[in-house]
Amino acid sequence: MRTEAKLGFALLLTPLLLWLSLLIFVPHVDIFLVSLRERIGVGQYQTSLANYLTFFQEPLYLWTFLRTAVMSSVATLITLVIAFPVSYYIAKMIKGRAQSALFLLCLVPFWVSELVRTFGWMILLRETGVFSNVLQYLGLVDGPVEMLYNDGAIMVGLVYTSMLFMVVPLVTTLESLPDEIIEAGYDLGGNGISVLREIIIPHAMPGIVSGCIVVFMLSLGNYLTPTMLGGKESLWFTELIYSQFIVRFNWELGAAFGFMLLILSSAIVWGMLKLTGQSLEKTMG
Amino acid sequence: MTADLDCIDLTKQFSGVTAVDQVSFSVPPGSFFSILGPSGCGKTTIMRMIAGFLEPTDGDILIKGKSVLNVPPNKRPVNMVFQHLALFPMMNIADNIGYGLRRAGMGKTEIAYKVDEALERIGLPGIGARKVDELSGGQKQRVAIARCMVLEPDVLLLDEPLGALDLKLRERMKVELKSLQAAFDTTFVYITHDQSEALVMSDKIAVMNNGSFEQVGTARDLYYRPDTAFVAGFVGDSNRWRGQVTKTEGHCLELRTETGMTLRGVANGRALSVGEQVDVFVRPEAVRIAHEQAELSRFDNQISGKVTSLLFNGAASRVIVSSDAGLGEVEVNLPQSGEFADLVKGSDVHIGWSSDQGNCFAARES
Repeated sequence: MRTEAKLGFALLLTPLLLWLSLLIFVPHVDIFLVSLRERIGVGQYQTSLANYLTFFQEPLYLWTFLRTAVMSSVATLITLVIAFPVSYYIAKMIKGRAQSALFLLCLVPFWVSELVRTFGWMILLRETGVFSNVLQYLGLVDGPVEMLYNDGAIMVGLVYTSMLFMVVPLVTTLESLPDEIIEAGYDLGGNGISVLREIIIPHAMPGIVSGCIVVFMLSLGNYLTPTMLGGKESLWFTELIYSQFIVRFNWELGAAFGFMLLILSSAIVWGMLKLTGQSLEKTMG
Repeated sequence: MTADLDCIDLTKQFSGVTAVDQVSFSVPPGSFFSILGPSGCGKTTIMRMIAGFLEPTDGDILIKGKSVLNVPPNKRPVNMVFQHLALFPMMNIADNIGYGLRRAGMGKTEIAYKVDEALERIGLPGIGARKVDELSGGQKQRVAIARCMVLEPDVLLLDEPLGALDLKLRERMKVELKSLQAAFDTTFVYITHDQSEALVMSDKIAVMNNGSFEQVGTARDLYYRPDTAFVAGFVGDSNRWRGQVTKTEGHCLELRTETGMTLRGVANGRALSVGEQVDVFVRPEAVRIAHEQAELSRFDNQISGKVTSLLFNGAASRVIVSSDAGLGEVEVNLPQSGEFADLVKGSDVHIGWSSDQGNCFAARES
């Protein structure tokens, strides 16, 4: 009986272990090893930190790296600011059918693929697109306006793509806040702002942090949206990695870039947790 | 002297359904007023209107003589102890108690002083730094009251705050609440569905049913002189029979129950005539139980019967006596003086009560 139970446990665990080791652990180790290789001749390699040195010495790489981090942070912040009132409305202001209906509406855009959604934004924003035509029709502008291929367009795309991942954890934590506690906040003399600051936000903190982590990671690692809405020259770090691997066949440098991105995102998530005094268990549990 | 709280013809309708129907009452300063009623009778609605979370459809609420109808909840001189207390879990105890003072813009040192004073007063000095979930149920209770009392409200509203406590603690908190009320000398308005909470603590009680007050009075009034059949049935335990009036003599009347018993009761000023359907209520403790019929000669209601069940519950033990003629069952309090210790199921007993213990009301269709 005991051995049977052990076998069952091992069989149940195997897919998970295979998945983790083959798709996450092994590739990362390999990428790390590749990133430490320096090509010194045709088919000749030696171990060195030369790829990382290149990264730090080339201003364009460093600039793209920082720009990606800052833009992702801003996108996360904007997503939070937009998603918080939406989530509060869904979780606290309405009940029953309307609640599930609104929640579903947040989910609907995710039924189509990211590619189609991004094309949707292109149709709206391009020179011959809907917004441009409406503005011309209203006489607000003289000629066609190009709204694609700038940072604003990237930001719109990132926020739109990430919205659901912020709304879900926020709705969950806000729903767990009893109405009584909010009412007590008002009853004891609080106004809207102080109740929000002292009661609602502290309660929603785990949801805010976990939503921010997910959105930040998604934005940082996003390739499609910056490329399509920002154009080929949008200077997004994932594009650099792509071009090193695919266009220039420089796997060594690409691997080093990939590792830098991993370190960056881990560092920022760690910093965010420290800053808000949350732990990973609390936000993800 | 103006009352601390006056409600005048207070009415609330929810999409056509009347939850509170023209309720008027007045609570004098420093008194403990309870609204007692079954769940769904509208008592919580009244409380939420006083606190300002609901807008009355009609009527007025005056606090210290001033209408508060257009005053938002955070500006009203009333505070509320919520059913589940609603302590802020994200703050420690001192911050919880100091919350209202901070909102009022009081200085830090003064807040700290007031919080310490409040903790002292509720008998929990030095727990300010603790978290909410480190306190026991009774301690939370006291903190919730202190959190309101530091604001020195004109009226403190309590929405069944003892409901979540276990029985022993609830008994103790009843006494404690009453003494806290005396210590703070503030008007308490307490709502509950538990009659013993209301009876023990209140100066005045309003019994509420279906959105309106059935009777307002002291605990004694409600218990001994109920105005309506609902109050008689809701407050305390009663034997209740339905019957038809067969004879009236002055304020006494004789009736025949549906099962065929002949009983005597009093109308207490209510107009009841021969042939009318009435409900008669007799409290189990008003019924005397005896081994010999002779002991009951002074009672004008007498029944001989057998014990059908013994309900032992310490001092509140009861027996159910079934009349020999098979005409009905009567619940009787069992004196614990030892005289009836030998009573078993099937014993022959005699019971009796005087007619003025039988309160009669015109029967309502139910």
